[in-house]
Amino acid sequence: MATAVTHEAHEAHDTHEHVHYTSTGLDNRKVAIWAFIGSECMLFASLISTYLIYKGRSRVGPLPHEIWTSPSGQIFQPILNIPVTSASTFVLLMSSLVMVLALAAVENRGKPGYVGTLLGNSKFWLAATALMGATFLGFQAYEFTSFVHEGLTIKTNLFGSSFFTLTGFHGAHVTAGVLWLLTLLAIDIKRGLTPKDAILVDICALYWHFVDVVWIAIFTLVYLIK
Amino acid sequence: MSDHHAPGAAAAQEEHEEHEHPSWKQYKWVALILLVITVVEVWVYYTPFAKSPYFNPFLITMSAVKFGIVVQMYMHLKYDHKLFRALFFGPLLIAMFTVTALLFLFHQLPPLF
Amino acid sequence: MATTAAAPKFQPVNTDGSYGESGFWSWMTTVDHKRIGTLYLYTALFFFIVGGIEAGIMRWQLALPNSHVVSAQMYNQLFTMHGTTMVFLAIMPLSAAFFNYLIPLQIGARDVAFPRLNAFSYWVYLLGGLFISIPILFKTAPDAGWFGYAPLTTPQFSGGLNIDFWVIGLQILGISSLAAAFNFITTIINLRAPGMTLMRMPMFTWMSFVVQFLLILAFPAITIALVFLLFDRFFGTQFYEIASGADPLLWQHLFWVFGHPEVYILILPAFGLVSEILPTFSKKPLFGYNVMVYSGIMIGVLGFGVWAHHMFAVGMGAVADSIFSLVTMLIGIPTGVKIFNWIATMWAGEIRFTAAMKFAIGLIALFTIGGISGVMHSSPPADTQQTDTYFVVAHFHYVLFGGSIMGILGGIYYYFPKMTGRYMSEKLGTWHFWLTFIAMNLTFFPMHFSGLLGMPRRVYTYDAGQGWEKFNLASSLGTALLIFATSLFVINFLWSRKNGAKAPNDAWGAATLEWSIPSPPPDYNFAQIPIVTSRSPLWDLKHPEMTAGIAHSSPDAMTITDSHAVPMHEETEYKTAKELGIPMPFPTIKPFFAALGIIVMFSGLIFIHLDKFAIAMAITIGGAVLLVGSLYAWLTSPLE
Repeated sequence: MATAVTHEAHEAHDTHEHVHYTSTGLDNRKVAIWAFIGSECMLFASLISTYLIYKGRSRVGPLPHEIWTSPSGQIFQPILNIPVTSASTFVLLMSSLVMVLALAAVENRGKPGYVGTLLGNSKFWLAATALMGATFLGFQAYEFTSFVHEGLTIKTNLFGSSFFTLTGFHGAHVTAGVLWLLTLLAIDIKRGLTPKDAILVDICALYWHFVDVVWIAIFTLVYLIK
Repeated sequence: MSDHHAPGAAAAQEEHEEHEHPSWKQYKWVALILLVITVVEVWVYYTPFAKSPYFNPFLITMSAVKFGIVVQMYMHLKYDHKLFRALFFGPLLIAMFTVTALLFLFHQLPPLF
Repeated sequence: MATTAAAPKFQPVNTDGSYGESGFWSWMTTVDHKRIGTLYLYTALFFFIVGGIEAGIMRWQLALPNSHVVSAQMYNQLFTMHGTTMVFLAIMPLSAAFFNYLIPLQIGARDVAFPRLNAFSYWVYLLGGLFISIPILFKTAPDAGWFGYAPLTTPQFSGGLNIDFWVIGLQILGISSLAAAFNFITTIINLRAPGMTLMRMPMFTWMSFVVQFLLILAFPAITIALVFLLFDRFFGTQFYEIASGADPLLWQHLFWVFGHPEVYILILPAFGLVSEILPTFSKKPLFGYNVMVYSGIMIGVLGFGVWAHHMFAVGMGAVADSIFSLVTMLIGIPTGVKIFNWIATMWAGEIRFTAAMKFAIGLIALFTIGGISGVMHSSPPADTQQTDTYFVVAHFHYVLFGGSIMGILGGIYYYFPKMTGRYMSEKLGTWHFWLTFIAMNLTFFPMHFSGLLGMPRRVYTYDAGQGWEKFNLASSLGTALLIFATSLFVINFLWSRKNGAKAPNDAWGAATLEWSIPSPPPDYNFAQIPIVTSRSPLWDLKHPEMTAGIAHSSPDAMTITDSHAVPMHEETEYKTAKELGIPMPFPTIKPFFAALGIIVMFSGLIFIHLDKFAIAMAITIGGAVLLVGSLYAWLTSPLE
C-alpha cells in the first residue's frame, strides 16, 4: 500500500497548471502523506510491540544481548553488533540533514545564496540522500548475512523471527524511499525541479524523515535496551 | 481542525506559503544535537550505568527527544499547518497507547497494582 | 447531443466524448466517483447474496438435530466464509459505495482527491474478493473462523491451502481499504465547497470521516498479524509456534486491536445514513448535531481501548479485565446519546413513513437490542458464560444485521432516486421492510435462548434433547423468510432502475447539497460550486420561513469572494462538462492493471505450497513487474 499512495502523490506533477482549489489551502498530496504516516505509526507500533513482547522468550539462541550455550556445548556470543549499527544509524541520521537541504535547494531555486552554489544544487543533495540510504541498506545487508553466518536466521527462534521482520520492514521502507529519491533525481535531471515542484520533494522528504524516526525508535528499543 | 479554515482558505494559503522553513544554520545545529545524543546513547551502553534500573528509561527519553526534534524540525511540523500536527500526533498517541497496553498485557512491564 | 432532447432530461451522459457511452470498457476505465460507487454497490450486493446463501445452507443444516446436509469440513468453510464475506466483502464495501457516491456530493466537490487511486481501490477489492471467495467452489475455502485464530491457523494445525487463501485474500483487501481511506480523508479535509465548514458537514460525511481514521489505524494491526502468519506459513518463522515459546494470545490481541475498531467501521456509516434519513422524513433538523459529531468521534477514539473485551475468557487477570470492562461500558454512553438524539429528532416531527424511514426506525429499535446485549458482554463474569455460545451470535447479528444492514438498506431506498433518477417501489419496499423485520427477529432472537441454554457456536450439528430444537427451527425458518424478503428487495432494485416513478432533483425534500443537483448527477456534479452558509442549505433556499428561527447560518461565509463559487442555488439545467469548461479526469485502465499486478503477485505464493517454487517465483515477479510498470505509467500520465 505504501507504493500506491506515495506514487499517487506524484500524479499531478504534469498537470500543475490547473491549480485546484482546496478548502484548507493545503496540497492534497501533503494531506494524504501525513495521513499515510499516521497509519504507518500503527504499523510499526504493531511490529515493535511484537518484538518487545517476545524479548527474552526465545528457547534457543543466538540471543541479542546474552551469551547462549547450546545443549551440545557450543557457545554463542551476543549477536547484536552495536558499533556497526551505530555507524549505520549515523548515516541514516545524517541523510535526514541532506534531505532537508535537497528540499531547501528546490524551494529556494533562483534566490540569492542558492544560485551556482552547492547549497542550491538539488541534484547533488537528492543523489547524496539516495546514496546514504543505499549505504544504510548496505550495512543492513552486511548485518543480516553475518547473523546468518553466526547461526541466526528468521527461522531460528522468536528473536530471529521478530528481529528480521521488524528490521526487514524498515529496510523495505528505506528501499522504497531510495527508489522515490532516484525518481525525483531523474525528474530533476530531465527537466529540472522548480519551486513549484517543491511539494514533490516535500512529501518525499516527509516520508524519508519518518523512516528515519522509526529507526531512531528501533535503534534504542532493539539494539540498546537490555 | 477548526471551522474557520474553509472560509478563509485563500488567506490560509498565503499564510502557509509565506512562512519560512528553518535555515541551513538551524539544520546544522539540529544535526549536531541528534549526533551528540546518539553518541551519548551508545557511550552509556558501554558504561556501568547500563546495569542501572534507570538505563532503559534514560534511553527511551533520549530517543523520544531525538524523535521529537526530527518531527518538529526536519518534518517542519513546528512551522506547518496545525492540521498536520493533528494528523500525526493523533495516530501516534493511539499507537503508543496500544504498545503500552500490549506490554502490560504480556507482562513485559511491571504490573500497576 | 442532438439526441438528448428525446431522452429523459438528466441522462448521465458522458459528455466530453472521452468516455464510451455506457459500454463495458467505460466501466473498466472509469475514474468517476459515482460510477465507482455504483460498481461498489453492485459488487457488494452480489457478495451480500453469496454470504446469505452460505448462511442459508448453515441454517438448513441446523434446522433439525443430527442432520447432515453438509459435512463438518464444509460447515467450517461455510461459517468462515459467511463471516469473512459479510464483514469484508459485503458491509464494508456497501459503506464504501456510499462513501464514494455521497461524500463528494455532500461536501460540494466534483470528485474525490485522487480519482485514479479510487478506481484502484475498487479493482483491488473486486479481485481480492474473488480470490478469497472462489476456493469454496472447490471445497478448499478458509475454515478457521472469520478471525482465524493462530495457532489454529499455523501450518501444524491447518496444513492445506484453505488458510493460505484467507491470509493472502485479507492482506489484499486491506490494501483496498487503506488506499480508499487516505483518499477520503484528503477529500473531506480539502475538497469542501466554500463555506462548508467541518461543523456544517452532513452527518453521513462526518461519520465517514471518523471511519476513515479507524480504517487507517486499525488495518495496520491486522496487516502485521497477517504478515506474521504469512511468514509462519510460507517462510518458517516462529511467531505463532508455541513449541518455540510463542504466546498463543499474540494473534488474538493483534487481531482484536483491529477487530474492535472494525466493528465501528461497520456500524458508523449506517449511523450516518440514518442521521440523513430521519431529519428529512421528520421535517426537522437533526437533534443535537454537535453532540452527534462528538459522540461519533468519542466512539472512534474509545474504540481503540476496548479490544480485549473479546478475550475475557482467556484469563487476563483482574486488572486488565476491569479496565477493559469499564471502557466498554463507557462506550455505551456516546452510542446511547445517538439513539436518544435520533428519537428526539423524530419527536414532534412531521413524519413520513417511507420505506427508507421504516428501515431507519428499524435500526434504532434493533440496534438498541444489540447494544443492550453488548453491554451485558462488557461484564467479565457474564461474558465468560456467554463466550462462544449462540448468545454472542445473537448479539452481533442484532448490531450488524439490525444495525448496519438496516441502515444500509434504508440508505439504498433513500439514495436510489439520486443514483438512478427513479424511485424504488414503496409498496414492495414496505413488504420488504416488514418481512425483513419479522424474519430478522425470528432468526436471531431465539439465538439468545439457545445460547443461554449452552449451545456453542460453530458446531455443525447437535443432538436432540438439549432443549435447542425449537429455537434452532425458529432461526432456520426465519432465515428462509429473510431470503424471501431479500429477493423482494433484489426484484424491486432491478425493476425500479428502469420502471420506477421518475424522481426530481430533490426527491424527498431534503436539506443537503446532493439534492440540489440533477438526478442522476452529471459527471461533473456541480456546474457551479455553491457557497454554503448553514447545515441545511437546501432548506434555507426552499423554505426560508422554516429555518428562519434557527440561529445556524453565519454571515462570514457571505463574504466569500471565490471566483468559481456562487451563492447556494438549485441546478436544473443540464450542460456538458465541455460546454461548461470543466476539466474532467481522463478515463484510464492503468489502476485496473496495477490492481491486477497485486493479485498476481500474491497469487504466486500459493504455488509455494504446491511445491512449485519456480512457478511461484515467476508469477510473483511477473505480478510485481505488472504492478510497478502500471504505477509508473499511471503516475507519469496527466490526470485531466
